[in-house]
Amino acid sequence: MKEIRSRASRTRAIGTQATQTQGIRTRAIRTGGGISVRFDVRATVVVAALLVAALTASVLLIGTGDFPIPAADVIRTLLGNGDPGQEFIINDLRLPRVVVGLLVGASLGLGGALFQSIARNPLGSPDVLGIGQGSTAGALLMIVIFQGSANEVAGGALVGGLFTGVAMYLLAWKQGVHGYRLVLVGIGVNAFAVAMNGYLLTKADLVDAARAVVWMTGSLNGRDWEQVWPLLTLCAVLLPLVIAYARPLRMLEMGDDTSYALGVPVERTRIVLMGAAVLLTAAATAAAGPVSFVALTAPQLARRLTRSPGPNLLPAMCMGATLLIVADWLSQRAFGADQLPVGVVTGVLGGVYLVWLLVTERKAGRI
Amino acid sequence: MLVDSPPEPSAETAPAPPGRRAIRGAGLLLSVVVLLALVFASIAVGAKPLSMDQVWHGLFEDSGTYADVVVGERVSRTLLGLLAGMALGLSGAVLQALTRNPLADPGLLGINMGASAAVVTAISFFGVTSLSGYVWFAFVGAAVVGALVYALGGTRSATPVRLALAGTALTAALSGYLQAVMITDNAALDKMRFWTVGSLASAKMETIQQVLPFLAVGAVLALGLARPLNAVAMGDDTARALGAHLTRTRALSMVSATLLCGAATAACGPIMFVGLMVPHIVRSFTGPDMRWIFPYAAVLSPVLLLGADVLGRVVSRPAELQVGIVTAAIGAPVFILLVRRRRTAQL
Repeated sequence: MKEIRSRASRTRAIGTQATQTQGIRTRAIRTGGGISVRFDVRATVVVAALLVAALTASVLLIGTGDFPIPAADVIRTLLGNGDPGQEFIINDLRLPRVVVGLLVGASLGLGGALFQSIARNPLGSPDVLGIGQGSTAGALLMIVIFQGSANEVAGGALVGGLFTGVAMYLLAWKQGVHGYRLVLVGIGVNAFAVAMNGYLLTKADLVDAARAVVWMTGSLNGRDWEQVWPLLTLCAVLLPLVIAYARPLRMLEMGDDTSYALGVPVERTRIVLMGAAVLLTAAATAAAGPVSFVALTAPQLARRLTRSPGPNLLPAMCMGATLLIVADWLSQRAFGADQLPVGVVTGVLGGVYLVWLLVTERKAGRI
Repeated sequence: MLVDSPPEPSAETAPAPPGRRAIRGAGLLLSVVVLLALVFASIAVGAKPLSMDQVWHGLFEDSGTYADVVVGERVSRTLLGLLAGMALGLSGAVLQALTRNPLADPGLLGINMGASAAVVTAISFFGVTSLSGYVWFAFVGAAVVGALVYALGGTRSATPVRLALAGTALTAALSGYLQAVMITDNAALDKMRFWTVGSLASAKMETIQQVLPFLAVGAVLALGLARPLNAVAMGDDTARALGAHLTRTRALSMVSATLLCGAATAACGPIMFVGLMVPHIVRSFTGPDMRWIFPYAAVLSPVLLLGADVLGRVVSRPAELQVGIVTAAIGAPVFILLVRRRRTAQL
């Protein structure tokens, strides 16, 4: 609704640079050539703050480990003026892990925001709807049956996630995909994948099973540049596409009928964005395993910070990256280097966050 | 397919005239007959093929031969399947009525995860290794989480959304704990991976006796709650106007669901999906009246569970598929079909 309202008020107030609509402050930048960009001040501040937080946590995370490095040295080395020993540790060992973490968190946050918006349900995140479990099934097949290498496991996870996404869309398709039907079908698909994963675990050797459980928790240990490039390329391709469809998506949240009336290509928007979300989630899962609760909580946290309706795609993405890096840093600090994978911390943090949400919302009388 | 669905009277939801009541009664009777057939199948069919004579001998003239022992084990397994199925179905139906959400299941309120976390603690920190040793831990875990969910959900002022949110929150935190323990302790992982899928294979009469009192109390409570829950289904205000005691109904429903699901999970591990799916399917032909949903769910859930168990024994001879895996493998496609068939799926 905000979109329409602010557009209307903007046409009324040509010449003014800022418009105030229902307490949401938006500004527009105009160039001489008639090109203008409208942006939400609060959301922009939130995105900037989250980026700063993510980078700070990244520097701290790089400095953490068996060989601690002060933050100043980390920054100096990253800028290319460090001593050779630290340079090796930082650039070859720790930086790729952090970059993978940032990318995975960003992909999960963005994928989660897209899914929740398309399903019109805050519980409609990819891990609830079975994409995570589908990826896990692919990865477990590679681990348990073929004893595959790390790359093969990642490939299995990617294929499993994509297959699950396509299957879900086809199963939920019935003259279009209804949000609620998508959630229900997703829960069914999820149950099926959970059963399959349980079966694979009981069939595995104990060694393979232990490897599988670490993978299933989601971990950033031992990630190198090999994992960075595919994920970075995918994000670079998909992000502009997603941003281009962000406007129709916002309209879509008002309901299918209204969107049709406003001229939004409903089914095309949905299939493009769902495809992008599935790709992002599957690729992130392939790189780090199904890290729980980032996709579920990042969009909700972002929405609370920006106080803005709509999908909040960019804030959710930055929030996801920040969450994952902070969680990884916490797990490294609290339990020692490479002891517990990051998925354990995100699970516990997610639970604590929900409890907090419950208590505060109850006090405010909102639920 | 072994899982028969009963004959479906048309899916209208008008108040039942006497004729429809007769049809529903007959349907219930037929479901009981199907259940009895499955009970027999569950005793007669297994990884080791036995003749009818041997089964008969084992049942009524037990003289300690190998075949007799096999039959004896199958009897306790069948009994546990029957009880656990009934408990899961009823607790699912109660929770769906309580939260007014057809997607609620015992897993949503964290009861399964509470049991799992307690069992992993028992294995890793107390060195419990026998399945019958898990039972009390699992039951206490389920009960504690059930109580916590109720407390976090706001006790007297509990609403469906709050209960669901509290359950999700505790599940999240406990699953982190569970994974942490499994990663650091290989022995615990080895035990847990078999416990988590849910199985009837290790059923013992001793276990059944342990959980039976809880199941009985839970079932009686659930059946007694059918009428007040009917009122609660119409919304809090209407229910109050109709004279239902909201707080008491909610508290008793939580107690009943926790007892039923906790005891079933303690005895055979977290079997997913039965508690979600069966009440969902039942509602599609009984309509919203809990007085029909509860008995149907109590009869059809063991049909699904025993059917899945028998199938699991047959499909991969001489090994067995755990019942939890088969239920989800059969149940999920049926559930998806059901979701697709409905024109407008509404909460």
